[in-house]
Amino acid sequence: MADTVATTSPGDDPSRRDFIHIAATAAAVGGAAAIAWPFIDQMNPSGDTLALSSIEFDLTKVQEGQQVVVKWRSKPVFVRYRTPKEIAEAVAGDHADLRDPATDESRHKPGKAQWLILIGVCTHLGCVPNFGQGDYGGWFCPCHGSQYDTSGRIRKGPAPKNLYLPDYTFLSDTKVKIG
Amino acid sequence: MSGHSTYEPKTAFERWLDTRLPIIRFGLDFMEFPTPKNLNYWWTFGAILAFCLATQIITGVILAMHYVANAGLAFGSVEHIMRDVNYGWMIRFIHANGASMFFLAVYIHMFRGIYYGSYKAPREVIWLLGVIIYLLMMATAFMGYVLPWGQMSFWGATVITNIIGSLPIIGGAITTWLWGGFAVDDPTLNRFFSLHYLLPFMIAGVVVLHLWALHVPGNNNPLGVNVKSEKDTIPFHPYYTVKDGFAVAVFVILFATFVFFNPDGLGHADNYIEANPLVTPQHIVPEWYFLPFYAILRAIPNKLMGVLAMFASIGFLFVLPWLDTSKVRSMRYRPSARLFFWIFVVTCIILGFCGAHEPDQQVIPGFGGFQLMDSNINSFVWLSRLGVLGYFGYFLVVMPILGLREVPLPVPESISNPVLAAGSAMPAGATASPEKKG
Repeated sequence: MADTVATTSPGDDPSRRDFIHIAATAAAVGGAAAIAWPFIDQMNPSGDTLALSSIEFDLTKVQEGQQVVVKWRSKPVFVRYRTPKEIAEAVAGDHADLRDPATDESRHKPGKAQWLILIGVCTHLGCVPNFGQGDYGGWFCPCHGSQYDTSGRIRKGPAPKNLYLPDYTFLSDTKVKIG
Repeated sequence: MSGHSTYEPKTAFERWLDTRLPIIRFGLDFMEFPTPKNLNYWWTFGAILAFCLATQIITGVILAMHYVANAGLAFGSVEHIMRDVNYGWMIRFIHANGASMFFLAVYIHMFRGIYYGSYKAPREVIWLLGVIIYLLMMATAFMGYVLPWGQMSFWGATVITNIIGSLPIIGGAITTWLWGGFAVDDPTLNRFFSLHYLLPFMIAGVVVLHLWALHVPGNNNPLGVNVKSEKDTIPFHPYYTVKDGFAVAVFVILFATFVFFNPDGLGHADNYIEANPLVTPQHIVPEWYFLPFYAILRAIPNKLMGVLAMFASIGFLFVLPWLDTSKVRSMRYRPSARLFFWIFVVTCIILGFCGAHEPDQQVIPGFGGFQLMDSNINSFVWLSRLGVLGYFGYFLVVMPILGLREVPLPVPESISNPVLAAGSAMPAGATASPEKKG
């Protein structure tokens, strides 16, 4: 049905039409991507969840040889007051065949070897390991049998990493700020 | 769909409607769909599954009227449903056991598809849509199990979401995004409730596509041969509506036995303890329908590889139509394939059995065994590894090779002439049919 007038009209110039198609499609894709981000990001932690990111803890509540579990960012944090024997075992473990090598020195604050503060979440699939169980005197995870030593290092079982350390600082000798 | 329509509008209103929205024509043609006359009871699970989906949606919408999706209130609201809401106990037990019944039926439906080769050309898309439905079912069931906010809900959610965290680099960010925080908590519960309500309707949508794809080539049948003439078929209604109806009634007896006589038999007692983020139960197990996959996850000592093996075990279902090289659909005519099929079924059951036990537990109590690599040979971890070998072996070795090597039995010429005298060229009944339904 094409007549001579139509073929010469500017609206039928193929390159101009292609440009409009590409420009319109690009704008639509860009716009869709831009609007998609808020709909994805809404699922990330909200402001009030992020605001609860630090807590203070009084260390006098923990007896030597015991641990207290504190909730931080809805996760358990182990605060363990290690005995000299447990520290010695942990230091001796520095030379063992470790899956995730780390010295005991690097797992506590300088001069505070008795205080071991760890995130109490098994690095395998997120269960809470039990205190004082397993072959290494540290922790034993009931879910899939991972065993941690008295420095919180993975020694046996499926977990790939040592128990993670939270960010914390000593405010005084008896007070610690986690987060 | 069937290509022709026998509907003739009788009243003026029907004629008026038929030219505007031919919904009556659509419904009648759908019910009259020519169906192979030899379908056995394994073919009734489609209707049983439709019944399960409807039951879950109806009971679920009702439960949502009484349930509160809040970490502080969820557990109490479920107890409120159980104790205070009129018939709440019954509706919740139907919904909870309904999930198990749904999976029982879908597993039989899938095994039937494998046995009779229902995924083979030209029905690959029906099978693929079915696998998508199965994936959606798994997501829905997992999120639904989290909602009562018991100990198993919480720790199941923790373990499963941590599985995604094992992906390199992006894993941690995705897990935080899924949780909406730094652990499974209130935001997680809320979004799981929202998605648990949404997904069943998506399942219903894919079911429509599944049926649409089914109505293009028509049903497979126990002989696995194509429908050759109208003589091979009967209309879906009333023949299969009655047969399916009877099967649904029998299935409801089993369903009701669980609901009324052993409502917690398939559940876990720990889920009647409210979620406690600081204490993990001694023994975490998923619901029975996930146990084989859980066993595959735990069989492999490396975390990421275990996760990949678990995803691959479902992923292979997507390529099943192209892994099978046999031209013969029904295993009725493939004696060696039949043997491997039953070995595969037993493998899946053994894997499920392994998933329910601790990895280092003894399989044969009292038998010492010996240490092989990281575990004792007489432990569930080694039995799971044997199962993993059997499972993947079926897809990667048996399916491709058997089809090329085996000698199938003679396949009947048509549904109406199942018994063939050897060498008879053209049985009298098997006239070439120009309007082949399939």
